[in-house]
Amino acid sequence: MENFTPYSSLAGGILIGISASILMYLNGRIAGVSGIAADLFNALSLSEKAWRLAFIVGLVGGAFAYAAFFPIDIAPREHMSTGLLIGGGLLIGFGTAMGGGCTSGHGVCGISRFSLRSISATITFLVSGIATVYLVKLFLGAS
Amino acid sequence: MAKLFSALFAGGIFGLGLALSGMIDPNKVVNFLDVTGNWDPSLMFVMGGGVMTTAIAYRFIFAQDKPMFENDFHLPDLLSIDARLLFGSVLFGVGWGLVGYCPGPAIASIGFRPDEPLIVVISMLAGMLLYRAISRP
Repeated sequence: MENFTPYSSLAGGILIGISASILMYLNGRIAGVSGIAADLFNALSLSEKAWRLAFIVGLVGGAFAYAAFFPIDIAPREHMSTGLLIGGGLLIGFGTAMGGGCTSGHGVCGISRFSLRSISATITFLVSGIATVYLVKLFLGAS
Repeated sequence: MAKLFSALFAGGIFGLGLALSGMIDPNKVVNFLDVTGNWDPSLMFVMGGGVMTTAIAYRFIFAQDKPMFENDFHLPDLLSIDARLLFGSVLFGVGWGLVGYCPGPAIASIGFRPDEPLIVVISMLAGMLLYRAISRP
């Protein structure tokens, strides 16, 4: 339980909820990052692509702005290889496209709409993620 | 134009939230998933804060006729819990557990820490396109 940060994590979560609420109130859209990113490669009109790109630019800019004021100290990971990052990334992209959402679209927006689909998806990727970390530690000994 | 600025603003708040919450640190994400080891429950607070806020706000928002800058709310109309939803979520969970990034934090990180996240994001986009290619006959 070291590095437990309930207050900043709760505050950050509330900001994410405010963001999702703003996007729905103003634009009528679900703040699902995997879907927004994937739709950039769909045959959509320019204005449909433009707001998605604007959201992504904001996402990168928001984290960048935070990091400029409060340095984010991320410990380097010795067992992480380029191959693992590529394999993981492919699974994340393939899986979210197939499952129709990720932590934000299903996990925050979907659960907030009490969607049974999103609740099922969220439980599934949480269990799968927990099992993966368990197996990685078991077989690779990486901590 | 208003739609663009509102999306930019919402994205910015989202990025700030991810950074403040600690979800942007893949070590913290892996420790959250590591329930039998060095468990860090912080990310439950991220999800809890996000869901509480959004669920309350959505109640008021959906009581409106339409969103401010659009004619309709764009909501997914899929209802079925099928193999595609569950198998896709399993695969996503494996990738999430392996690298400690989900799509939001991975994309948000490329501005201030381009090494790992950029590889993850490019591979992720490739994975999305790969699924699209094989799911379309």
